[in-house]
Amino acid sequence: MARKTMVEAIRDAMDVCMQRDDNVVVFGEDVGYFGGVFRCTQGLQQKYGESRCFDAPINESGIVGAAVGMAAYGLRPCIEIQFADYMYPAYDQIVSEAARLRYRSNGQFTAAMVVRMPTGGGIFGGQTHSQSPEALFTHVSGLKTVVPCNPYDAKGLLIAAIEDNDPVIFLEPKRLYNGPFDGQHDKPVTPWARHALGEVPDGHYTVPLGKAAIRRAGAAVTVLAYGTMVFVAETAAEQAGVDAEIVDLRSLVPYDLETIAASVAKTGRCVVVHEATLTSGFGAELSALVQENCFYHLEAPVMRVAGWDTPYPHAQEWDYFPGPARVARALKAVMEA
Amino acid sequence: MSGPTPLSFHVPGPAVRPGGAPDFSDVPISRAGEVRRPEVDAAPEDIRDLAFSIIRVLNRDSEAVGPWAGLLSDAELLEGLRHMMTLRTFDARMQMAQRQGKTSFYMQHLGEEAVSCAFRKALAPGDMNFPTYRQAGLLIAGGYPMLDMMCQIYSNELDPLKGRQLPVLYSSREHGFFTVSGNLATQYIQAVGWAMASAMKGDTKIAAGWIGDGSTAESDFHAGLVFASTYKAPVVLNIVNNQWAISTFQGIARGGSGTFAARGLGFGIPALRVDGNDYLAVHAVARWAVGRARRNLGPTLIEHVTYRVGAHSTSDDPSVYRPKAESDAWPLGDPVLRLRNHLIRRGAWSEERHRQAEAEILSTVIAVQKEAEGHGTLHSGPHPSARDMFEGVYETMPPHLRRQRQQGGV
Repeated sequence: MARKTMVEAIRDAMDVCMQRDDNVVVFGEDVGYFGGVFRCTQGLQQKYGESRCFDAPINESGIVGAAVGMAAYGLRPCIEIQFADYMYPAYDQIVSEAARLRYRSNGQFTAAMVVRMPTGGGIFGGQTHSQSPEALFTHVSGLKTVVPCNPYDAKGLLIAAIEDNDPVIFLEPKRLYNGPFDGQHDKPVTPWARHALGEVPDGHYTVPLGKAAIRRAGAAVTVLAYGTMVFVAETAAEQAGVDAEIVDLRSLVPYDLETIAASVAKTGRCVVVHEATLTSGFGAELSALVQENCFYHLEAPVMRVAGWDTPYPHAQEWDYFPGPARVARALKAVMEA
Repeated sequence: MSGPTPLSFHVPGPAVRPGGAPDFSDVPISRAGEVRRPEVDAAPEDIRDLAFSIIRVLNRDSEAVGPWAGLLSDAELLEGLRHMMTLRTFDARMQMAQRQGKTSFYMQHLGEEAVSCAFRKALAPGDMNFPTYRQAGLLIAGGYPMLDMMCQIYSNELDPLKGRQLPVLYSSREHGFFTVSGNLATQYIQAVGWAMASAMKGDTKIAAGWIGDGSTAESDFHAGLVFASTYKAPVVLNIVNNQWAISTFQGIARGGSGTFAARGLGFGIPALRVDGNDYLAVHAVARWAVGRARRNLGPTLIEHVTYRVGAHSTSDDPSVYRPKAESDAWPLGDPVLRLRNHLIRRGAWSEERHRQAEAEILSTVIAVQKEAEGHGTLHSGPHPSARDMFEGVYETMPPHLRRQRQQGGV
């Protein structure tokens, strides 16, 4: 089994799907000839031709809107928004159009499409290259929202997303493109090639949407995390010396309440971690779900660790980022509550 | 030394407001038959003038004249007249039904019937329209069952859309009518994407996008033009300039530029203006543009110059913002009367037959309406089941939605 970066795994997923289904098409800004600014689509145009993989004008609403039309025709567009921060001009097309075609037409038109976008900070990208807008999508009926945290899942989830008949928002934590990240920003990134989770099978396989994974078994506290924060939580658990169970949600909508509730029922404590801003973030939903479903098992209030409610600052990136120290403090706090 | 001269802010306004005399003196009208008809493969730069004139076929004497005439038989014209009359009658009955509290909302086509009815006849089966809420003529001229339209308006038990959509936001894949969005202009770029897909797959179908004059201000209008131009998509991009975007006159979206059609020129898209109240002209121009798309020659932009005689919707009161008599003063006349008069002039129709047809159509529409109301209206069911509300959000209902449906007790 080859060890791959997440970028290679994502590219592999598109390659597999394009090979299997002529209706899968890939486009977006710079994705054709150049292969994408993160190289996720590198080589696809050369392999499948310009009518399967091509460059688009810098017009995000146009990219998503055109994809909606293509999906209505019967294609399966897998499009790239260069950074999640650039999706705001396309928001109407995603939310009012792609998400609702099936519902409003009673199934006559559907939008089987994937919108890929690099998300999250940790690369000194400033306010416009660092955001985590997942809650803006999880709030929308008709969308599925997926966040992988390693190459194996990235490939399997992306294939599942491309083959899914509903619109899927596929958020790629860009800090994980080349290797896992434990939140220690002054340490070099460990490449996936030297990491067990970097193993990616060849060919077709899927990781089902809506199923969480237990990344670290533990008995004292459940940490609900996704994307980059899975690795930050692991480091925090070690720093805090807490026997934490880390649940990687993988897919936010649909979410895996069964796994979440079983874990919290077992541990009796819960910390929710995400990089997006705190207020009305997806952590609020998770916290409410735990409260509604696990209240009588809880021995401490559910705590949230998240980005501050400020725009993502450039120079103070590491003060903003919910690193292992903050997560460790929360773990200790719930253990002492 | 004096300082700089203070700037002044400019907001354009219509020529007159209520109380004033209707004035369309600023609308330059080409003479019928005057505008040339280029070859379908003409280079966009060679036909720039067509973005500033108005292609017209029917003259004041109800004759079809000029190079765009002669494409339709008597039978086809009679069919077109019947479609327009049907749409007008349908509108009147549904408008009344809304006033009677049988539905929440209605939007009529009064004065604009030729645009969608004539355009539809230039398309082939399998082509796809991406319409706004004012192109029901595409459905009527395309043979979509009127019963389904009414049941959609009433949100009753036979509503094809299960009560999920506002009235008149129809959807029929089979009849080439994309599900209508309430958000403006979103469908324009989608039409281009659909057309791109057809080209990418080596198909023979084309798409038609529709937008109103006011919505051309939306970013998605420009997104549509960029993509259509870049990929030479087989799409006909229609702008229905009916002079009014609710209460806002068309100059607010158009600004100081020449015409809406001229918007296409900067994108290298051939752009034509047509008399939207002239069934023959609309059909001829549509056929030209559809032929161009079908021959892989790329997109065409058509500005249909017309006038919204009715209110924007049943929630609108145009007497507040425009003179009551303005619609009578509209220089391009009434599309139904103009085609009627032309057919009479041709000897294919008569005033008596017209009156008979009006009565027949009214009786048919009333019969369908009774049947539709037998299946319920908005405020006096039967309605689609509340259980249906949870279906179709996703292909398969996810667990959280299933739990909510159970909580809802349906």
